Amino acid sequence: MSFIPAPLSRFFHRTASPPHFYALADKLVPWLTVLFLLLLIPGLYGGLVAAPADYQQGDSYRIIYIHVPAAWMSLFIYVLMAVMGGIALVWRMKLAEVMLISSAPIGAGFTFVALVTGSLWGKPMWGTWWVWDARLTSELILLFLYLGVTSLYGAIEDKRSAARAVSILALVGVVNIPIIHYSVEWWNTLHQGPTVSKMDKPSIHISMLIPLLLMAGAFKLYYAIAVLQSAKLELIKREPSAQWVKSLLENKA
Amino acid sequence: MSLIQAFFAIVRRDLLLAFRRRAEMANPLFFFVLVVTLFPLAVGAQPNLLQAMAPGVIWVSALLAALLSLDGLFRSDFDDGSLEQLLLSPHPLSVLVLGKIFAHWLVTGLPLLLVAPLLALFLGLPGQAMPTLWVTLILATPLLSLIGAIGVALTVGLRRGGMILSLLVLPLYVPVLIFASGAVDRAASGLPVSAQINILLAMLLLALVLTPLPTAAALKMSVN
Repeated sequence: MSFIPAPLSRFFHRTASPPHFYALADKLVPWLTVLFLLLLIPGLYGGLVAAPADYQQGDSYRIIYIHVPAAWMSLFIYVLMAVMGGIALVWRMKLAEVMLISSAPIGAGFTFVALVTGSLWGKPMWGTWWVWDARLTSELILLFLYLGVTSLYGAIEDKRSAARAVSILALVGVVNIPIIHYSVEWWNTLHQGPTVSKMDKPSIHISMLIPLLLMAGAFKLYYAIAVLQSAKLELIKREPSAQWVKSLLENKA
Repeated sequence: MSLIQAFFAIVRRDLLLAFRRRAEMANPLFFFVLVVTLFPLAVGAQPNLLQAMAPGVIWVSALLAALLSLDGLFRSDFDDGSLEQLLLSPHPLSVLVLGKIFAHWLVTGLPLLLVAPLLALFLGLPGQAMPTLWVTLILATPLLSLIGAIGVALTVGLRRGGMILSLLVLPLYVPVLIFASGAVDRAASGLPVSAQINILLAMLLLALVLTPLPTAAALKMSVN
């Protein structure tokens, strides 16, 4: 590990200790909340009020300011969980396990939001709540992958082995996501193609794009806040009799 | 004992154990036939409807039969402690696990090949699709065993792992189902199927190399 500069690796080792992480998360959350609001308010205003209506879809398209960031987050969090799982398996880092398992319900929530908003949008646009379209189906399967992670973690009594099991599952899942995605894509396609990621010439107007990116940033920060809070709780639940938890509770009381 | 010998010793042992309990061997087969029988009863017996649904029905039933038989893969070894002996052996666990999966497939996956044509006949699948049905079964049932082994290894320590096992494994089965039933469907309409077959073969080779590793890791976790 000599290729990592000493201050950096010291920072990592210190952050990996539960009491230190707890204190750090406590300090970070208010700042993240401020940043979150700073992105959310102009994003929502820009998306729902300032941006022009779409020439075909009218105002219904505005649901993308929730739908698209939520769909992005659903994939992003799963990949992040797999990274955490890799770290947890290789270095046996407790904090990575805690972050992995705290991320799963949040990721499932984003996936659910993406599915619900997509189906709300689909009713006026496609004339039906649900179609067995490639992207919808792979998003639904992603939801099942998330639910598998949380229920496997809940089923195994010993939380250390549960975390290892979940790490393996997250890694297996992340290898499978592209395979599932492309096989489903080949199977059936109705969803509109990507509009933002065509980097050279996005087919979305700049006045619509900026609020979307603001909302994407806001969703990332929301995830950071939520995962830190739930990781704090998970840490306390894991070692309720540890010295630092006792002194923490005494100070609060 | 060399690695190859150890591999075949595992296969031999598991086959021997399976043949001692012959009644259990037939269960996945009966299940397969039963599930296929349920479909005409549920959707009606119009021949053209059944014919259109035949590839999907056969493949969903094969998938459920594979899922049902998975639990036996490590269960008895876990209960009587021979799984711990396997973990203690000097050979890499992933290779030994591959041996167990291979034996399990010979006992539960291969017999499906014998019944599938009969069921295809019942559902009125055109004869020209029969070779494709066989090829997809040969390629994809080992794939189901390989992928499912990861899920079994993760849940073998749980007392009621059945529901969780299906939640873990079924999403991972989706690509197999799509390509296998897609190939049979195309063959029934007389279209070329080499693309689907090639992808199934690629997935099988990939799974042969990759899936024993997480399975071995998960077994180590479960035995702890």
